[in-house]
Order: sequence, then structure tokens, then C-alpha cells
Amino acid sequence: MTEELQEITLTVNGRRHVLAVQPRRLLVDVLRDDLGLPGTHIGCEHGVCGTCTVLLDDASVRACITLAVQADGRSVRTVEGLADGMRLHPLQEEFWDKQGLQCGYCTPGMLMRAVEILEQVPDPTPDQVREGIASNLCRCTGYQYIVEAVLAAAPRMRSENPWDPTVPTEAKA
Amino acid sequence: MTTTARPPAPPVRSHPENRKWVGKSIRRVEDPKFLRGRGGYIADLVRPGTLHAAVLRSPHAHARIVSIDTDAAAALDGVYAVVTGAQAAELTEPLPDFGPDPAKHTWRCLAVDKVRYVGEGVAVVVADDRYLAEDALALIDVDYDPLPPVVDPERALDAGAPLVHEALGSNLAYERTFDFGDVDADFAAADLVVRDRLRWHRSGGQPLETVGAIADFDPSTGQLTAHTNSLSFTSYLFMVANTLRIPANKLDIHQVPAGGSFGSKLFVTKPLVLAAMCSRLVGRPVVYLEDRVDNISNCDHHGSDRVYDVRLAVTRDGRIRGIDIDTVDDYGAYIQFGVGHHGNALAQVTGPYTIDSVRYRVRAALTNKNQQGAYRGFGSEVNNWMLEQMVDKAARELGMDPVQIRRRNFIRPDQFPYFIPTGNVYDSGNYDAVLDQALEIGEYDRWRAEQTQAREEGRYLGVGLIAAQERSVFSATEFWFWFDEPGAPVTSMPESVTLNVDATGGITATLYSCAFWGNSPETMVAQLVAEEFDCDPHDVSIIYHGSQGGLPATGPGGSRTTVMLAGAVEGASAKIKRKARRAASELMEVDPDDLEWFDGGYQVRGVPEQRKTLGDIAIALHLFKHSFPEDVESGLEESQVFDHPYTTMPSADRKDLGVFYPFMGHACHVPVVEVDIATGEVRILAYAAVHDCGTLVNPRSLAGHIVGGTAQGIGTALYEEFVYDDTGQLITSSFLDYSIPTAMEVPHLRIGHVETPSPYTPHGIKGGGEGGRMMAPAALNAAVNDALAPLGVRVTELPMTPDRLRAAIRAAGVVTGGR
Ligand code: FES
Ligand code: FES
Repeated sequence: MTEELQEITLTVNGRRHVLAVQPRRLLVDVLRDDLGLPGTHIGCEHGVCGTCTVLLDDASVRACITLAVQADGRSVRTVEGLADGMRLHPLQEEFWDKQGLQCGYCTPGMLMRAVEILEQVPDPTPDQVREGIASNLCRCTGYQYIVEAVLAAAPRMRSENPWDPTVPTEAKA
Repeated sequence: MTTTARPPAPPVRSHPENRKWVGKSIRRVEDPKFLRGRGGYIADLVRPGTLHAAVLRSPHAHARIVSIDTDAAAALDGVYAVVTGAQAAELTEPLPDFGPDPAKHTWRCLAVDKVRYVGEGVAVVVADDRYLAEDALALIDVDYDPLPPVVDPERALDAGAPLVHEALGSNLAYERTFDFGDVDADFAAADLVVRDRLRWHRSGGQPLETVGAIADFDPSTGQLTAHTNSLSFTSYLFMVANTLRIPANKLDIHQVPAGGSFGSKLFVTKPLVLAAMCSRLVGRPVVYLEDRVDNISNCDHHGSDRVYDVRLAVTRDGRIRGIDIDTVDDYGAYIQFGVGHHGNALAQVTGPYTIDSVRYRVRAALTNKNQQGAYRGFGSEVNNWMLEQMVDKAARELGMDPVQIRRRNFIRPDQFPYFIPTGNVYDSGNYDAVLDQALEIGEYDRWRAEQTQAREEGRYLGVGLIAAQERSVFSATEFWFWFDEPGAPVTSMPESVTLNVDATGGITATLYSCAFWGNSPETMVAQLVAEEFDCDPHDVSIIYHGSQGGLPATGPGGSRTTVMLAGAVEGASAKIKRKARRAASELMEVDPDDLEWFDGGYQVRGVPEQRKTLGDIAIALHLFKHSFPEDVESGLEESQVFDHPYTTMPSADRKDLGVFYPFMGHACHVPVVEVDIATGEVRILAYAAVHDCGTLVNPRSLAGHIVGGTAQGIGTALYEEFVYDDTGQLITSSFLDYSIPTAMEVPHLRIGHVETPSPYTPHGIKGGGEGGRMMAPAALNAAVNDALAPLGVRVTELPMTPDRLRAAIRAAGVVTGGR
């Protein structure tokens, strides 16, 4: 049942990869196993929970029901692309500050969805954030502090310099 | 009340004031790695060269396995082994089982001879990758001879019902009735006996990450090294070793962070045993990761599934005298924890009330379903729901207000420590204070006014109000007091911490159990260490020790982690400080008694400029041992094994179960709902929750648990159910059918805290991880019943799905137009 390998080109977090994959391989497996990017998690493998959310050419997709060959020639953004070295992305910062995570398992998918929401609606209302993240399940938090975190990140993302270095990025209370 | 002579309580502590870190909502120290997608979950640890296992699941609820043909699967390229249940039974012993009489319902990692529920494993394949392993599964040919299934727990107990386990001779795995206090007298003296029949269907934790294990057996040493996201009960790992037939000291289990558990990763041995069995067989590391269908159908951690017949003895003025509970619990095909879930309920069976007597009859039915395990509340959340339903019904029959009847029966602050009839103690509490705050932040009066208005408009608005308990810190008695023989001494369920101060004064804390489940043991320990040593919690390093050579530890469960780790940190810190004080006294040539700990070091009382910081002391102890007397050893490291601080033996006649869950949290939830009686849809308009878990360590973390637990409770109340149809088919085997609340179903919660410190724990902390889910189902049921009261409808079955609500509304003769 070994299938012919197919060559694909993926640009992941700005870096180009040329890979040979079986046509049946899922994007999530290629990201995790072939490219060594374990941040994209698997929750249901049925396309329901959103845990595996990545951005494919700037739109969120469920990497558990996307074949890697479907992403050929396209660009993928994953949670690993958010932080800039030591500095966390403003959304990561706010998730940390507001405790928008508990077990952290849904977090990468939730962050990528939040990136998409803020790119589409830079100044969302609480209801828009709630409705927006309803695409993704979180079993731990009850969503409240995720909503708070996204709302707190929005003005930072709109500001001149979202990565304002005066905002502490290292662990401090 | 029983008159048993009780062992003395532990000494009452005085708690330090002016805490620096305990009580602060600091950012969690665990989080950066998770935010970066570098959590190191079990699936992230699979190294190249590791083989993958996949399990073939039974499509039948109940069937004899006639034959299994594995030839085609085994012949597939890339397949290393195919193991059937019969072969697995040769390679392993039965799985660890705390239930009654395990030999009569033997539980193994794969089914042998017959399958007992949909999803039970019948064979495992080991292959180069998961894709190939699943290809091979499709080539296995199993010939089944279907048997009639038993699905309904009450009918399972009928004579002539098909048997789940022939060796047991019936489907009744366990039955017992306990009497505490004079139940008959209390019922005879009652002005009113309130009765009801209630039904709670099964749901489960369903964390977004499933269970997995990576096992690596080394044939040259006989050592098995394993990583798994399950397995608390670290102290009981010898049982897993026994299943694998290896010496316990050759089993080294490394805990990895779990992507949620909610109980469902408590002592999950099956994936580990499968992976380990396969690794030993093929001589390579093997990973077994459940997929979602595996987890939903075969996780061994479905929640409670109960039918209740309850009577409540009440006086005319609303005082509750006694309660008589008769419950049948559908345990599914096996019963790994016995009826521990009912032991848990007995810890707080009378709720926050001064009820004098209790009769508790439990029958554990076996059926063709996945077995019960643990789910946030461990069976006491069901008791909370049952009791609050009964109290509301009593109020309704007496024409009392729900607030009034509760206040009338509350245990008062001056009555603590308070022994409930079962013998468990409640250490402390202030129930009126919690209720007062809930009424205030829940805007109870305003919503009552809105309700009146809404009713005039023909809308069905309901205000729920419940006041219930959240026991914390189990001692495991609940699992065994059911059996008179063999008697066991009281279990201490220890937890350990090692603190190491390096030469620079940096502190590393070592934990010994699988502690991270989405709770925040590392943050808690960091805050507690920072409190002791006046450092920044984010500067404390936390590591986990594998099971091999580790100190005694139990792991999370029963809301115990924070209290137990606090005890261990306190003890280890005291030892470090004792050594540091002596070292400082040597270095400064002063009497140790003249020194005081201040701001991260020892200084001479009254002479603050004469001081040594922890770093000064540590470097001396690490490098210059010969500056100290003979008996001072190099280094600065101490450990503390902390045992359960307050647990006592049950009486031999079991009329008093002893103290086994003493640190009693409490909460009051006030949800407001609107029910659309035409569709049966429930909309939550507002929700307030006030909890008292004693002294708060990290208020934001606790609030997170309250919201998250409440969200799960909303699922339990309205949406989530593992539905088995009449043929025993599981018709909710994915998240498409098993509906977990999204952000649209969970409202914004208003949260309040009351802090009644425990007199018996460090800082007065009580556990608080389960409270949300222990309250919300009861609260929402109360709200829906309140909404439907004008129609004379009371809903007595959870989850309150639209079809169930519509059926109840129709049954009351209400016509809503349309069909
Ligand atoms: S894992 Fe992809 S949607 Fe659930
Ligand atoms: S933080 Fe655990 S699932 Fe969202």
C-alpha cells in the first residue's frame, strides 16, 4: 500500500521546503513529523475541534483534514512563527497575562485563529471575538480569558509598534 | 449522628499574614512553552525510529470472538507484529483493578474470547508509522458471533438479563446499603416526605489531547522506560509492573504534560501496557496514541450514569432531617475503581446542611458500555445535583423560597469542624457569606423582577440557585471502606518535593508525580517556594523526577495537588532553612537563635547589616564544607514527603466512615436562563459563581478553573452525553455528535471568592480544581425548572437536551402551536 511520493513545495513560516510526500499524508503530520514543528496539535482528526488550525495563505484551515499536497506551492503559518526569538507575539503575551490557557493544548490553534480574526477585524467587539473563536474548542478555560486576551491584544496589534519593546516579554509577575 | 469516639484532629494552625506571593495572580510559569507550541506533550516526544501501534476496535456491543485471522495484516510491508487479545493474555497479566472481586470480571488490555462494548480492543498492530498500522488493521479479519447486549442499567439487574461477565453470575457487580444516624426515626418524625426519581446520563472529560504512551524496553537490562501523559497514583505503579511481569524497580515512567484530563487521565494503564507489551515483543520503542474514536469509545473514563430514587424527610418549617438515597449506577463493562465514586459522594452527601441521618444504597450494574473512570467531581457532583434537586422540590412543596430553605439548613460558621453523619468532617466554612455574595453579584433580586416581567410577556425565564460542597484532598478510604474484608489501614496518599539550592542561591524544586494536567502545579510550587525564600517565583526552576527511585507521590486527583504540594514545600523549606540558619550562624559566628529570616537571608536580630543571603550561605555550603563542623554535609538540598494531614479509620461496623475528605470547599452558583418552550432550547442570560476554597494561591488560576469547570458543567447539563442505542451502538463517537460547548454556549461568568482558611492545611489552602463542574449541572437544572415552574414542569434528567425538554413540556400537557 506504499504510494508514490509526490514532490511539493511548502513555505512554512517564511521558509521554503521542498518535500517528497505520499499523497495521503495530512498536512498536520507533515508539519509535525517531517518538518519538526510539533506546535500544531491534533485533537479530533475529524475537522471539528480546531486544535490543528494553521493559516494557509492567510486563511485558517484544519490541518488534520488538509492533505499536504493541497498546500503545494502555498504558504503556511503555524504557532512556531509567532514569536520573534525571545520575544513573544502580542497575542501570546496577552494569552499569558490573562491566563487564556490552562493545559495549552488548544492554544496554538486558538492563537492562529486569533491572528486571523485580528487581521480581518482589527477592532473587534467582545461578541465578535466570541463568535470568532467558536470555531475552536477549548476544554479547559471556558473561553472567558481567551476572549479577554484577544481583546487586549487588538489595540496593541493596531498600534504603531505592536512589538513595543517596553512591554515586558520576560517572565515577571 | 454517631457517637463513635473520634481520633483527635490535627493541631490547628496559625497562618502567616502579609503574604507576598501566595494570593497573587502571577503569570503562570508553565505557560511560555505552551504559548510557543513547545509543550512537549506525549505526541511531541516520538523520536524517529519509533514504531506505531494501532488498535482494532470491536464494532459490536457484545459478541463472542470466534476467530481472528491476522495473516494478511502481518504480511504487509512495514508491519512488525499483530497481537490478538488471546496472545496479549499470554504476554501480560490483567490490568490493575481496584474493583470488587476482579477475578469475576477480568479486565485485560485487549478482549479475549468475547467483546463487551463497542470500541473494546481486539488486536493491536505495530508498524513503521500510523498510516501503515491502520492499513494493517483493515486487513485483520475477525469472525464475531453477536450476543444480545445489555444496555439499560436497571434491566441489566433483571433475572435472565444477558450476562456481561459469565463468571460473575449476574450483572450486579456490587451492592451495599449504609445507614448513618437514625434514618427511620427521622422519616417517622417528618412532616413531609419529598420523593423523586432522577436520571443522570453519562458524559466524560474528553480533553482535547487523548491518552498516549511511548515505551522502550531494553532487553539487555530488562528495564522498561516509558513516557505517558497519564498515571497519577505514582505510588501504585508496582501494579503496572505486575501487569507487565517486570520487577517494579525496572519500570521507569516519565511524566509529560497532559493536554487536559479532568480526571480522564487518572491512572490510565491500558495505552501504556499496550505500548510496553509491543515494545518488548519487537525490541523497538513503540508509541501508542489513542485517536479520538479510541478515546471516546475506549478510554475507560466515562463519567457517572445513575438512576436515583430519593426520599427527603422535612419538617413543616423547612428543616431537612434525613435523606434516603437508592441509586443504580451503570458502570459499563468493567469496574476498575469499584464504587469509589459513591464513597466520594459520601464525603459530602448531606451538602452544606445539618441533615442528621442518611441511608445510602448503591447497586453497581454492569452493561455493554465503556467503563466508568474519573470525571471532575468523581461522582460527588452527581450527588450535589441530586441533593439540590431534592431541596428545591422540598421548597416548592413547602411554598418556601429557595434561598430561605437553604439558609434554614446551613451549617453555621460556629459549628465547624462539623462531622456529617457519615463520619467525614468539614473543616471550616461560611455558607451564608458565600450565598450573600452570590445573590449580590448575581443580581438575584433584579433577575427575579425581570422574571416577573418576562412571565407576563409569556417568556420562560428562570433563576437557578444552588449551594453545594466541593470536597478536597482525598485519602483513598473512599475506595475500600465498602469492603469489610480485607481490612486495610488508612491510606496516606503522600506527595513529595525536593528543594535544591545551588551554589548561587538558585532554587530548583523536584516533583515526583505526574502533576501537570492543565492545573498549575509548577506555578503553585514556585509561588509557595517564593513565599518561603523571598525570591521571584519565575526564578524557581521546577523539574519532574521519573518514577524509578522517586519519592512517594500520588499525583493529581480529588483536588489534592495544591494542598499536598504546599505541605511538602513547607516541610522541605523548613529543613533547608534549618541547615541554612546553622550555616549562617557558623559563618557569622553568632548563636543560631539570634538569627532571623528576613528578605531572603538570615540576619542577626536587631543588627540588619550583619546578614548572609541564601546565596552567601549556599556557596559556602557547596564549596567550603570544611569551614563547617563535622556533621554538616556539603550542599543544600532537602526533601519532604507530605502525608495526608487529616484522615482517620472507618469504624469496623462501617457506621462511621472516618475522616477521608476533610478540606471542604463550598460554592453558590446563580445562573439565569431563558427556555424556548417551542424548541426546547436553553439560553443562558447571566451566570454568577462564588467559591470558597480557603486561602487563594493564584486567584486568576482558580477563576480559570471555575469558568472552565462551569463550561464543562454546562456541557453536562445541556449537551454532552455518550449515547448508546438499544443495540449498544455508541452513536456519539466523535466531536460531531458529542457536543462540547463552544464560546457561544459558555456565557461570561461573574466570579466571586470567599476565603475561609482551613485550620489544618498550609496557609489554609483547600483544593479548588473541580468546583465549577460540581455546581453547574445542579444550578442549570434548577434554573430550567424555575423557568418552567409556571407550566408545572420539572426536569429530572440530564442532559436537558431540546428533545428531553420538549418531551417534558409535552408530558405536562402544554401545547405550543405547530406540531
Ligand atoms: S484535530 Fe483538526 S479539527 Fe480537530
Ligand atoms: S487550554 Fe486546554 S484545551 Fe484549551
